[in-house]
Parts: sequence; C-alpha cells; structure tokens
Amino acid sequence: MTAGYEAVIGLEVHAQLLTRSKLFCGCSTAFGAPANENVCPVCLGMPGVLPVLNRRAVELAVRVGLAAHCEIAQHSIFARKSYFYPDLPKGYQISQYELPVCRGGFIDLPADGGEAPQRVRLVRIHLEEDAGKNIHGAEASLVDFNRSGVPLLEIVSEPDIRSAPAAVSYLQELRALLLYLDASDVRMEEGSFRCDVNVSVRRAGSETLGVKAEIKNLNSFRFVEKAIGYEIARQIGELEAGRRVSQETMLFDPEREVTRPMRSKELAHDYRYFPEPDLPPLEIPGPLLEEIRVAMPELPAERRARYVTEGLSGYEAAVLTRDRGLADYYEATASGLRNRKSAANWVMTEVLRVVNETGRSLAKAVPSPAETGRLLAMVEGGTVSLNGAKNAFQAMCRTQQGAEATVAELGLTQVSDDAKIAEACDRVLAAEAQRVAEYRGGRDKLFGFFVGQVMKAMGGRANPRLVNEVLKRKLGEGA
Amino acid sequence: MSEGLNRLTIAEARRLLSAREISAHELTRACLDRIAALEPSLNAFVTVCEREALEQADAADRRLAAGGAPALCGIPLAIKDIFATRGVRTTCASRILADFVPAYDATVIARLRSEGAVFLGKTNMDEFAMGSSTENSAFGPTPNPYNRERVAGGSSGGSAAAVAAAECLGALGTDTGGSIREPAAFCGVVGLKPTYSRVSRYGVIAYASSLDQVGPFAKCVTDAAIMLRVLAGIDPRDATCTARPVPDYEQALGAGVKGLRIGVPHEFFVEGMQPEVEAAVRGALDHYRSLGAETVAVSLPHTGYAIACYYLIATAEASANLARYDGVRYGLRGAAGDLLALYCRSRAAGFGAEVKRRIMLGTFALSAGYYDAYYLKAQKVRTLIRADFERAFAQCDVIVAPTAPTTAFRIGEKIADPLQMYLSDIFTISVNLAGLPAMVLPCGYDGDGLPIGLQLIAPAFGEQRMLQVADALERSGRVERREPAI
Repeated sequence: MTAGYEAVIGLEVHAQLLTRSKLFCGCSTAFGAPANENVCPVCLGMPGVLPVLNRRAVELAVRVGLAAHCEIAQHSIFARKSYFYPDLPKGYQISQYELPVCRGGFIDLPADGGEAPQRVRLVRIHLEEDAGKNIHGAEASLVDFNRSGVPLLEIVSEPDIRSAPAAVSYLQELRALLLYLDASDVRMEEGSFRCDVNVSVRRAGSETLGVKAEIKNLNSFRFVEKAIGYEIARQIGELEAGRRVSQETMLFDPEREVTRPMRSKELAHDYRYFPEPDLPPLEIPGPLLEEIRVAMPELPAERRARYVTEGLSGYEAAVLTRDRGLADYYEATASGLRNRKSAANWVMTEVLRVVNETGRSLAKAVPSPAETGRLLAMVEGGTVSLNGAKNAFQAMCRTQQGAEATVAELGLTQVSDDAKIAEACDRVLAAEAQRVAEYRGGRDKLFGFFVGQVMKAMGGRANPRLVNEVLKRKLGEGA
Repeated sequence: MSEGLNRLTIAEARRLLSAREISAHELTRACLDRIAALEPSLNAFVTVCEREALEQADAADRRLAAGGAPALCGIPLAIKDIFATRGVRTTCASRILADFVPAYDATVIARLRSEGAVFLGKTNMDEFAMGSSTENSAFGPTPNPYNRERVAGGSSGGSAAAVAAAECLGALGTDTGGSIREPAAFCGVVGLKPTYSRVSRYGVIAYASSLDQVGPFAKCVTDAAIMLRVLAGIDPRDATCTARPVPDYEQALGAGVKGLRIGVPHEFFVEGMQPEVEAAVRGALDHYRSLGAETVAVSLPHTGYAIACYYLIATAEASANLARYDGVRYGLRGAAGDLLALYCRSRAAGFGAEVKRRIMLGTFALSAGYYDAYYLKAQKVRTLIRADFERAFAQCDVIVAPTAPTTAFRIGEKIADPLQMYLSDIFTISVNLAGLPAMVLPCGYDGDGLPIGLQLIAPAFGEQRMLQVADALERSGRVERREPAI
C-alpha cells in the first residue's frame, strides 16, 4: 500500500446453510437439479401461499452465532425486503432487519506468518432466503427457481480489516468455522459462499472513515484479494490526484481484474422493510439454546490451542485446523503414534502435496488415515526408512494398497537385525583394511564411506541408525 | 322433488341427507337450478362448477350411503374467489388473475373437500378483497338480492348474496376490515369472522396478512357453528395459525343469555347513522335484557382512529403482498419490452383503480423517511385499540354494536368517493385490528325492506360465547327472516 494510507475493510458474507429443505418450504436444496425441479407453490410465490420457518436453519444459525461469540437473540423477527426482479418471485425477500438472530460477536484470525493475532468484530448474523437465478439468452431471459428460498446466513463484519490478505484470512477462518459446524458446505463455485466487500481508505492515523465503495459479486478468495487490492489502489489514486472518492457500488470484473461502478439504475432501491406478518417472531427459548450449545463441535480456535499443548507449533496448528477434514485426518493418523509432530509434518507435506497435485478431495487423493498411520508406525518402529515410507506413500496413493503390503512389495522393509548388520560390517571392514587403518589413524571423514559401503552391501535396506552404531563399535574396537 | 331444497339450512339438509330422505345430487341440482335461474343477472358467481359439483355430490352420496359421513358431506357451498382451488380458476376478481388456475388447494378448501362438501363455484368480490360493495370487481358488481339497485356489500358480496338468494346452503368469505360482516348485514344473512389465527390462511390470496381471516356465511347461527368447526384448526402450512383445540361450537347453542353482560360501546352509535339501524340495534339490546342479559356501557376510546390506522397497515401489507403479480410467472402479462415496461404494462392493465390506489398508499407508508410517521405510528395505535377492547371485556362477556352505519347503499353511490366508501367499515375495522372474533346476524329491516345486521364482538377465542348470544336472539323468534323476493 502507498505509504501514508490505511485501508478500512468490512465484509458481508452470504453462506448457504446446509439444510435438506428450503428456508420456508419443503423443497430440496440439492445443487445441480434440472431447472425448476426443486420448486413448489411456496418458493414460486404463487397467490395465497405462506412461509413456514425451517427449524434446522435456525439451529445452524444459532450454532454459527455461538461459535462467533455472538449474543443470541431469544426474540428476533423476520422482515420483508421489497424490490422487483424476475428472480424474486414474491417481489420481496424474507430477511431479518431489526432484531436479527445474532448480534455482535467476533472472529479471531490465527496468528500465522508472524503477524499478531487479529480480532474481527461482527455486527450481526441473520437468516434470509436466496433468490432464483436469471439466465439470459439471445431471444429471452429465463428464470430458474431451484435456488429460490434456499436458506442463507448473512454474516456482517465491522470494518476491522486493514488489508486484502487479512480479508482473505478472515474468509478462510469463517469458511473453516462453517465447515466445522456443518453449517455450510462453503462451495464458492456453487454459490454457497458469496462475499460483498466494503472498502475505504484514509490517511494513516486518521480516526474518521473515508468514503466507502461496495464491491459485489465476489465468488472466490482470489477475486476478493484482487478486487480489494485494485480498489485500494484506485481510491488512493483518486485522493492523490486531489479528487474525492464517491460512494459507489462496484462490480468486479474477473477477466480484467478491475472494479467498475454499477449503473445507478441497478441500485436505486428503497427496500421498504417492514416486519413479515406471515411469520410469528422467532423465539429461541433457553432450553433450546442450551441444547444447541451442548451439541457444538470443537471449533478451529479450540483445536489450534489443543494442538499447541500437544506439542505442535502455532504454524502447524494453524495449517492443520484450517480445514476440518485435514485436522480430522491428522488426528486419526496420529492416534496410534508416539510422535504426533512427525504425523503433523507428514500430513502437511506428503498428504497436502498429493492433494494439491491431484486436485482431488482428501478422501479420494490419499490413503485412509488408518493406513497412513500404519505406515508411520513402521517408520517409528524402524521397519522402514523415512525415504522408503515416502516412496511407499506415493505408491499407496496410486494403488490403494495397504501400508504393509506396499512396503513388502516394493522391498522397502528395513533390516534391523543386529547380526546381519554386524556380518555386513565385518565383510566391508575386512575388504577395506587399508582405509580402516587410515580411519584409525585419524581420517574421521572415512566413516561416511564405510556406512555407504555397508548400505550398498545390504541393498540400501539396512537401518542406518543401527549401521552407524555397529560401525562405530567395530571401528573403535581395533583402535 | 328437488324444488326448494336449495332453501334448506345446513342443519336441516344434514338431517335429511343422513336419513337418506334426499340425496346430495338432488340438493346440488336444486342449487345449480337456482343459480341458472338467477345468474348472470345476480352476478354472485364468477365461475360456476356444475360438472365438478355434481361429481362431488355423487361421491358424497356414496359416502352417505356407507354411513358415518362427516358434517358437511354433500352440502353445496359457494366459495369466495379468493381461495385457491386446485384445477378451478381463481381470479380474486382481478384481470391480473383472470386466467389463473392454481395447482393447489387452500387449506380450508382441502378440509371441506375431505369432508365431502360440494363446491358450486367461485363467488364475486371486490378485487383482492379491497372494497365494501363488490363494485371493485373485474367481473362487474353483485347487486343486493333484496333490491337490485343496491350493493350486496363487500368485499365478500358474492358469497353473501348467494346465501341470501338461496343459491347455496352456505358460503366462504374472508374478512380483513369487515368483508364478511358488512355484506352479511346488507344481505340479511349470518356472517362470522373468527379470531385471527383461528382458521388457516394458507391458499387464501393475501390482501393484508395480519388482518385477513376466513369465515362462513350461513342462513342461521347453527349453520355458522357447524361450518366454523370444520374450518378452524391448526395448519402446518400457516405459521400464524393457532394450535388451540377446536371446540364443538354447536354445543354452546341454546344456553341463552341469562346473567351474561352485554357491552354497549357508545362510540359505535355515531352522529349521522341511519335512524332505523340504531333503532334496530337498540331494539335487539332491549330484547337481550328481556331474555335475562345485563347491558353495560363500555368505552372504546380509540375507535375514531381505526380507519386511519387500518388504511396504513392494510395497504402497507398489501403493497408487498401484491408485488408478486408482475407478469413474469403467471397471470396477465403486458406487452413485451424491457423489464420495467413488462412490470408497468402488466400491472397497469391487470389491476383496477382501487387496488392501484391501495398499493400506492401502502408503498408510500413504508417508504424511507415516512415509515416511522405512518406504519410505525399505526402499529402503536393498533396496540391502543387492542387495549381498548381488553379493558371493555373486563366489564362484559360480549359487545353488541351495529355493523354498518346504514343499510345497503345504492350501486354507484360511493364508488367515486373512496373516503365515504371507507367509512362504511367504521364499526367493523377495529375488530380486525384487535384480532377479535365477531359475527353478524339479522336484527330487522329498514323502511325499504333492506336488512339490518347486528354485530357481536367477543374476546379472542370467544366464538362459543358469541355464537351462544347470537343463537339466543335468533331462537327467540324476535326477528322474522324475510327472504328476498326473487
């Protein structure tokens, strides 16, 4: 960022809740159905129909609220937000306006990369329904209402974020949280996690907020980062040129990686919010709240803290917990091992490498954590070397064979038999009498040569630690 | 032999049907013949379903023959055209829905269907239930069966007229500000608006969601009780519908009024009301005293604000409820152009003047900068009106009042003056704002032979007591029911 300026960023995230049915009717929320397959009179806004609130969606909203340290409103209300658009069948969206289900709260960003841990405060979290989807063709525009009425959680942050990378870090943390809570599947490419960004810049040290721009339509972390970076530079450019930033709503153009203002016609809305008369106030009685609280899974921050007490570094804990699946994989892998740190290293390097290289999901890319654990147990037990295990792991990913079978098949089993190693050492030392004498005369460097010869004689399968020990003893004996 | 069967009450028909003295088919035939004789000049029906009705009647006859059929099995009813009826066009008396055929039944329609009721057709109404005379219908006004130059009342004018003219045995209506009670009074029939939340609104085309309530039109109090029992009850499709058990309303009938306290609100006897209306209501009160009831003066001090309050809340809700008629998915679609033109043309051509007026009023009341002064203030007034009734009901069991300041007015008399039209609901609207049950039954006739309706108002879920009091007057024989001369 140009020196002397500070960016002020707030995010509005829309996450699709992981319910089987829609927010106000029984239609399926499944992605990818043929157009207008998952619809009924209610989500099509037919005359006379009424909404009935999905209890599961409320429970998930409360879960997220509890995880984000929000105040859960025991009494909240729904509101109608009115505007005309073909994808909005009722001409209004049922949302929450005054009295949302969750207020306040915060998300702590993990302290990786040497930065100080940062707290992003939340304004509110509320429930609302999604709209359908317009599909524009050359001849006509069509509407698919499969998404109409799908439950969304809108999570609004305070403008506590100061950089594009911090915004991405916040989104990653939020994503992890939603996954941990089984609250959303967070599939950006399917539109189940969308983000609007508010950005302004101000002179460093200033307390007053600059004029903000809102960037809509961001559907990947990379676009969020690019769009914020571009927008910060654009606004600083305006100020440096002596112009003023105007309050605007921008669209991000992912092709050219720039933001451009939306036409003012697209946003001249007076939403005319008023309380939704078709839904009674949402009451969350104490016992229900307690029931949800008790059923909460361990959260990323709690897991990170536990991993550190179990001996992992803060960095390792942060990487492993970013994805609940990865953390679960690590824990299952490490469960039978003495050294959890080596399991952590293995997951972060070998496992993630395969996942990244293949682009496949964790479950599909690598062996089960039980098999990986077995392989690492063989390393711990000295049955296979670390390098041998790496080769075996690559093979296991391809063949889906078990650890023992793979190690055996590839002949990677390590010889840890003292007698056999002693015999090989004796043979090498006998054949290299000249060098033995030189070594004993003070050429310590030759030790590595002897080790190499013994390993070679044993086809590379000897346990190097034992070879070292035996050679040391035998070379010392004759001195 | 079907001659005259259409004049039966539901209670009488039920007895004859279960005794197999008449068939549902001949009963339905009698109603259809009556409809054929009176329509289209009475214009009580938008759609008549002759074939479907006779099929339903035959199915009902099979159930009746098997024994143990439910209360409304084989009873021919008329349905206000605001209820979604699967496979039968449902217009809400609007051009915008003139060809709309729902794929679903309203919950009350489904209930009546499973009871074996017979649906004769869909009745005329003010467009989207906005009006007090059924003149705001895309299908023309429904005249009053007692005098064709007078209105039937509204918005459920078609249902009231159909019952009064014996085109059916009973009918369904909805009441948002008096839309059951005022036409019942004008047409000399019984009309009942239950407590808000007592009857499901699912499938009832919404006008003002926090005020709309479904209720029956009937020829007598007993019939209203029979119908209400079937209509009422919890509905998983309506989150505002109560889970309270539904009592057997018929059981309350015949208990009399001895020892009951009848509240008389002086605010409901206003300057300028038709003297015959006041006289008939006061006469009914005298009669109640003679039957052993006590009358007590009560006050509902915020009554004067009810109409203003109603026209902010109802129109605000309507402005959102009617946003779905946009020409995109169903209903009338204006000539294509860009999106804005599609919306403007569809709605300009689809809605009538009164509907447009109320959409604009409501949109204005909710607009940024006006919300607090209008919508929010109206909600506060609504709370005061509700509190008025709570205080009044601490002193009495039911309230008795006139239904409207006049008997049925002339067609065209008020249509050009919306404010005058709005004033015809002056005695009914506060009941909707308070969410209370109320009903109307005939209590006399004016010099022109037009019916006068007595309004009874009860505390929330006090339908039984209300029916008991209404029944006492009817049973006493004080008011001899005059059928319209048609």
